[in-house]
Amino acid sequence: MSERKLRVMVAKPGLDGHDRGARVLARCFRDAGFEVIYTGCHQTPAQIASSAIQEDVDLVGLSCLSGAHRYLFPQVVKLLQENGAGDITVIGGGIIPDQDCQKLYDAGIKAIFTPGTPLDVIVDWIKKNVKPLE
Amino acid sequence: MYFAKEVLSQSGELRKKWEDEVRKVVSKVPDQKERWSTVSDLEIKRLYTPEDMKDMDFARDIGYPGQFPFLRGNQVTGYRGRYWTFRMFSGMGSAEDTNRRWHMLLKEGQTGLSTAFDFPTLMGYDTDSPKARGECGKCGVAIDTLEDFLQLVDGIPMDKVTTSMTINPPASVLWAMYCAAAEMKGVPLTQIGGTIQNDMLKEFIAQKTFMCPPEPSVKLISDTVEFGTKYVPRWNTISISGYHIREAGSTAVQELAFTLRDGMEYVEDVINRKGLNVDEFAPRLSFFFNSHIDFFEEIAKMRAARRIWAKAMRDRYNARDQRSWWMRFHTQTAGCSLTAQQPYNNVVRTAVEALAAVLGGTQSLHTNSLDEVLCLPSDSAVQVALRTQQIIAEETGAASTIDPLGGSYFIEALTNEMEEQTWDYINRIDEMGGMVAAIEKGFPQLEISDAAYKFQRQIDAGEKIMVGVNKYVTDEELPIPLLEIDDKVEEDQIARLNAVRRKRDNKAVKKSLDDIKNACKKGENVMPHCIEAVKNLASVQEICDVYREVYGEYRDPGLY
Repeated sequence: MSERKLRVMVAKPGLDGHDRGARVLARCFRDAGFEVIYTGCHQTPAQIASSAIQEDVDLVGLSCLSGAHRYLFPQVVKLLQENGAGDITVIGGGIIPDQDCQKLYDAGIKAIFTPGTPLDVIVDWIKKNVKPLE
Repeated sequence: MYFAKEVLSQSGELRKKWEDEVRKVVSKVPDQKERWSTVSDLEIKRLYTPEDMKDMDFARDIGYPGQFPFLRGNQVTGYRGRYWTFRMFSGMGSAEDTNRRWHMLLKEGQTGLSTAFDFPTLMGYDTDSPKARGECGKCGVAIDTLEDFLQLVDGIPMDKVTTSMTINPPASVLWAMYCAAAEMKGVPLTQIGGTIQNDMLKEFIAQKTFMCPPEPSVKLISDTVEFGTKYVPRWNTISISGYHIREAGSTAVQELAFTLRDGMEYVEDVINRKGLNVDEFAPRLSFFFNSHIDFFEEIAKMRAARRIWAKAMRDRYNARDQRSWWMRFHTQTAGCSLTAQQPYNNVVRTAVEALAAVLGGTQSLHTNSLDEVLCLPSDSAVQVALRTQQIIAEETGAASTIDPLGGSYFIEALTNEMEEQTWDYINRIDEMGGMVAAIEKGFPQLEISDAAYKFQRQIDAGEKIMVGVNKYVTDEELPIPLLEIDDKVEEDQIARLNAVRRKRDNKAVKKSLDDIKNACKKGENVMPHCIEAVKNLASVQEICDVYREVYGEYRDPGLY
């Protein structure tokens, strides 16, 4: 029996409206055969964590280009963990300076993809590292 | 007919000969690729000839600068009387930080100011709102009350320098602050000049900085247009923007079409809602375009923009004042064309894009800094960007003659083609019932998503090239210094806001907020009440909360 499709959520935390990357990725994930939920812009970390749990997703992809990732990304991970959903993989992307990446990994973000990353690299990473949660 | 019959017949004969030669050469040295197209994927021919202009009429389609259809520019003397305005978009951290950057830019020869606000300000939240956590000062300046604003314009001669403010849902509030600050400095409203972006339709389409639903958003814009027309005659109350549409991934034609159709929507709303005559307000409408990396496509786009707008204003809205037919626009080079990889290459991209804007006849220009793909620009990066404009103006000769590419077979053919495709879009949107209706259907949003996704796939497949990203990639890169905004800016700003809240007359604040609410409910103009409220030190969020309460909040439908 084949595994069920991966369920992925593309989310835009904070007040940032730069959603080109998020929208392109949502389409790319759909074409890659994932089930996609796109939150739209202006979600609080609490809204993202709660929808991720309600929607039973396997992965949350966060996109932020405003510079607020240092607060927002770890906050999403923290809220997932506090609500018993620490097994959902969280990845991020956007304008993330190199020096911030380690802090984000330490906070539980599993991968960071910055501008110039080919779409297939992201899809391959997900296929390799994320399995449908029981 | 643009060329005499003899010329066209000569051209036809020479063409046959050339085509034979091409076939021979291509059989030995094949073209590097089968299809050549612009960055927007508009197909480009190997050669353009007089035949591509055979249906043109010189007086009708080209003409002279300062004359209908304004293809060749608005100014009769071109850039000889005055260059375009060197206007660098800047804002970061606190009001003091940004004020310091402004003074540096003016000292370096900048001729106009342009304000970048941080996300809480752009979205109508105060720095201490839970929604604003982590955002303060990050991608622009944090403004909560008039006190911050006065700090921002400290030492700026408001009667001489024009200031542009990139602000949309809270445009009425920030403009009210500018007006209040001018009055407090003794500069009458009739003497201040500048621009508020104040273009909500493109927010729903592309930039996604929105607050209230489209219909009341347009009402608030018409309020500012009416107020400006009556009391602040040198102010551009809307900057109808294609920039963000393009950055969101549109093609050049989509940028042109959606922007111009947005402009028409505003014109119709002001006429219908405020009862103003088109010639009373249309001369103060301004535009804002992107200058992307495809050099000729951008020049053709800007030329086409002027001609389409002139026709629309004259024939669709019966404007009679020649200044209503003018399309005046600001240009910014394309942020989305820059690369994080090998960032010094961005200087070259920006220079090419800036040159296109000048050859396209822009009135005002922002050149991106090489580090803007990574962070807010550092002082040294901004200086190179500003110098890029100054070199184009003073050294290259690009400003010596008007519309130097006018009459080029290629440029004129491309200009015509882009105009034609733009009208097709405009007609489709008309059939949907206008831009608000089209936005509600998700039409422009999804057209842009299609184009953005297609472009990304072309990049991934190597069909389109970005140097340093999918070709000529290097492992090691020269590091560049990055500007970092301290998280402490947020703490300080919250302390400052709290201090203002303690010292102000809270009764007066409440009264002025009530006045705004009543004006909203009665459909009256909010501007006079906004000016009163900001003088009483009401905050950006307090005023925007009134709008949200009366008009409701718009939520991103999350289309992709």
